[in-house]
Amino acid sequence: MVRLIDVYKEYDNGTKALKGVNMRIDDGEFVFLVGPSGSGKSTVIKLITGEIAATEGRLMVNGYSLSNISVRQIPYMRRTLGIIFQDFRLIEKKTVYENLSFAMRAIGASARELRRRIPYVLELVGLEQKADHYPGQLSGGEQQRVAIARALVNNPSMIIADEPTGNLDPQRSLEIMTLLERINELGTTMLVVTHERALVNRFAKRVVAIENGRIISDETGGYYNGEKI
Amino acid sequence: MARKFDAGYYLSEGFHSIFTHGFMSFAAVCMIVACLLIMGSFSLVAVNLDHMLGDLEAENEFIAYVDDTYTEAQARAMQSELEKISNVSKVTFVTRAQALEDFKSGRESNPLLDDLAPEVLRDRFRIHVADIEQLSATCEAVRLVEGVDDLSVALEIAQGFILVRNIATGVALVLIAILAVVSLFIIANTIKLATFYRREEIAIMKMCGATNAFVQWPFVVEGLILGLTGALLAFFAQWGIYQLVAKLVIQGNGLSLITIVGYESMARMILLIFCATGALIGVGGSLLAIRKFLQV
Ligand SMILES: Nc1ncnc2c1ncn2[C@@H]1O[C@H](COP(=O)(O)OP(=O)(O)OP(=O)(O)O)[C@@H](O)[C@H]1O
Ligand SMILES: [Mg+2]
Repeated sequence: MVRLIDVYKEYDNGTKALKGVNMRIDDGEFVFLVGPSGSGKSTVIKLITGEIAATEGRLMVNGYSLSNISVRQIPYMRRTLGIIFQDFRLIEKKTVYENLSFAMRAIGASARELRRRIPYVLELVGLEQKADHYPGQLSGGEQQRVAIARALVNNPSMIIADEPTGNLDPQRSLEIMTLLERINELGTTMLVVTHERALVNRFAKRVVAIENGRIISDETGGYYNGEKI
Repeated sequence: MARKFDAGYYLSEGFHSIFTHGFMSFAAVCMIVACLLIMGSFSLVAVNLDHMLGDLEAENEFIAYVDDTYTEAQARAMQSELEKISNVSKVTFVTRAQALEDFKSGRESNPLLDDLAPEVLRDRFRIHVADIEQLSATCEAVRLVEGVDDLSVALEIAQGFILVRNIATGVALVLIAILAVVSLFIIANTIKLATFYRREEIAIMKMCGATNAFVQWPFVVEGLILGLTGALLAFFAQWGIYQLVAKLVIQGNGLSLITIVGYESMARMILLIFCATGALIGVGGSLLAIRKFLQV
């Protein structure tokens, strides 16, 4: 579960990115976070992942209170999250399989756990045939599926995706979003930042709209009304 | 999930990283070797000077002449008084007759000495000092003893050696400090380069929830390997240089005033110090380099 209570974020250069955000995402939910460029979507994501700290307000992430979390605790908080970016962020000189094992070893998983878990997630994202390929040998959609597999491989309770379809054509975007929906149906909470109005409307999930650092609408089962993109 | 210390992983990562940017690693090792060599050479000069000073100290003695009017018994009575003075390690009484014998020995062919009477010489004490640096203070104390007439001291030679030794030690210490800092920064830069090469991997590891310790271990291992490699190379290079210089010094030293301490007798100590310094610089440098990376 994620909770933001009266969260303010002012960057070092004085930019006020968030101006009092309140939000609650329960376990098992699928939430779209939408809004125009510069509205503060990525700032929300970075606050939740602990990459930056809030200027004011309280954040709770899967049982960790980020306002008074110790530096030592942050890695353990992050293990409850799987993170996906627009630009995939795969390691080019490692194969698909190695990219996944790298993520598992980073949190100290054993060789046995690797052998058991990786084939399972590769099958889940439909890439069991591509385990020995390098990212450069894959299409954008396939690369993003590798990134999704990597986010899943450590069995997080929540997946956070910052514009996961930003680099993909509409058909690939639809495939990726369908995959995320399926993963959500298997029990993983999903928070997806996106610009794509058609996609959001098609999936008819809860939509949180943010504009100029404030939440302007939050409609469960609603659709994306944002005019300026 | 079981989380144990995976030494094999850190080692392979550390080695791998060294070879992926081989040139920089090579440069860093060379720097460590150079630093250790300069450090070692000055220290060895200091050690040798100290050793020679030690030789000098072992022989070091001065002579206190007894007042002419004292009888031999009166003179002998002064011995205990002299032994009480601090820094005096050994006092030997020499009668005038003995002194004359010593003087004559080696000069048997000189007829002028034949009818020299012992009375022209004085009774005397040969006084050994423990610490040559306190020689002048000891001399003053001996001079104050009742019945001591006069002293014969070779103060200048001793003080010359002390000065040279102290300068060598001082220069060595300053150089060691400077070079340690320089090599620390070079290692830090090498490791910084390594972290730069792997910044994406580091970011991904941290995103996945890797602990700081997990992220930094491979770099610490890398620094350690560089430091120890440099130490080993420096140890053997130092050996070669030392033997060469020792040979030259002994050849050019007709007086055999200079004695050289054997490298073999110090080898274990040098290896230990080099390895410790190399390891310290390597690990310190890598910690310096990744400290910044680990915030967030
Ligand atoms: N590191 C930073 N330093 C200063 N200002 C920043 C920083 N990151 C973001 N900002 C500013 O904060 C505001 C919100 O940025 P944010 O990245 O959250 O927007 P966004 O909604 O993700 O936009 P986009 O859809 O273009 O990705 C913007 O005005 C941006 O310029
Ligand atoms: Mg953004």
